[in-house]
Amino acid sequence: MIEWRDEGPLIAVRKHGETSVIIEVFTAEHGRHAGVVRGGTSRKISATLQPGTQIEITWKARLEEHLGSITVEPQRSRAAQVMQDRMALAGLNAVCAILSFFLPEREPHAALYARTVALMDLLGQGDVWPLAYLQWEMALLEESGFGLDLSACAVTGTNEDLCFVSPRTGRAVSRENAGPWVDRLLPLSPALVGRDNTDANILLGLQTTGYFFEHHLAPSLGNRALPASRARLLDVLNRQS
Amino acid sequence: MTQGTQDIDDLIALMSKLPGLGPRSARRAVLHLIKKRGRLMIPLANSMQKVGATARECLNCGNIGTGDICDICTSAKRSNGQICVVEDVADLWAMERSGVFKGRYHVLGGTLSALDDIGPEELRIPKLRDRIASEEISEVILALGATIDGQTTAHYIADNLPGVTVTSLAQGVPVGGELDYLDDGTITAALNARKAL
Repeated sequence: MIEWRDEGPLIAVRKHGETSVIIEVFTAEHGRHAGVVRGGTSRKISATLQPGTQIEITWKARLEEHLGSITVEPQRSRAAQVMQDRMALAGLNAVCAILSFFLPEREPHAALYARTVALMDLLGQGDVWPLAYLQWEMALLEESGFGLDLSACAVTGTNEDLCFVSPRTGRAVSRENAGPWVDRLLPLSPALVGRDNTDANILLGLQTTGYFFEHHLAPSLGNRALPASRARLLDVLNRQS
Repeated sequence: MTQGTQDIDDLIALMSKLPGLGPRSARRAVLHLIKKRGRLMIPLANSMQKVGATARECLNCGNIGTGDICDICTSAKRSNGQICVVEDVADLWAMERSGVFKGRYHVLGGTLSALDDIGPEELRIPKLRDRIASEEISEVILALGATIDGQTTAHYIADNLPGVTVTSLAQGVPVGGELDYLDDGTITAALNARKAL
């Protein structure tokens, strides 16, 4: 029997049969990991099994490749804090859905794990959360091998007047060197490089990261549409800006 | 395996598919029905046949009744300008058991869920909008679960129903509940929704 303990935020819950659920947890040392929680639909535990809850889990299975069963020990709940806050709720949904959508199973991502827990702990702080979310999406792109290189122009190496991002390489392009490709380049929002972090710039930055999610990452995962929760978060941010 | 005929085995197999029953409890139930054939089994079979032929979703609210429009929707007394939005028919029945709400209902048929790919189009939200206009609704009460999916749906509906008062059920300590036994999320929600005495 294989057994290990780990912790992390719960990112997805699915009903399994009449009384059990299959949960997905983004764990610190084992990455995105699923398992069956027996009796997971009971009143006693269903409050714990809400997306975003930080839980300690014990995973057991006879063989490594089995789905395995999980026992859950709650560490801290985030659901109650976000339920009344429109943006926090949309944010939590988007983070959980994106992790479940993009992360490969059973592959540790220590740096992204730390950023994700920090981001979830910031939920409800509307003044800093949108920028933290944009930076988290950039970190996710980097972790997935599509990191944006916005330090210098891809054409000349200059770091002056960088205004665009190449949709093919994810590298910055200066205004002077955009030339005839200007219509095909993505805008480089100042918020992507940590300057002028207005709501409008953050939204512009999210359009750019969204482009890379949609055109570079999603096709490698079977060309499914991006999770609708991300579009809903952008809608909420748009209304609040 | 029973020692009975194939028909009885088929009945046990069907019964074991019901919620809360497994093969063993289905066998006990079928044996009980056979023993009480006249008093229980035949009336049950007749009743199931009747409901099976007539039960359908109310075209207006999504409740289950035996006509095209359910009794709640046809009752003039229930037209008080309030509409209570619930996730499922089971929730509607729970509200009705309390006997407190005197308005009409609207059954969404689920909640928004990114994981299960349930978007607004899969729920009965457009119909809700039509009803608000046609039934002169002044208040929409969102009686959705205190879960992430339930509250996401509630916020979505509230954002998409301009011109009408949208309220939601309170969250906190249940009647007869002791703080010692509550989870920290419920205590947080209760504290956030505290009121002056």
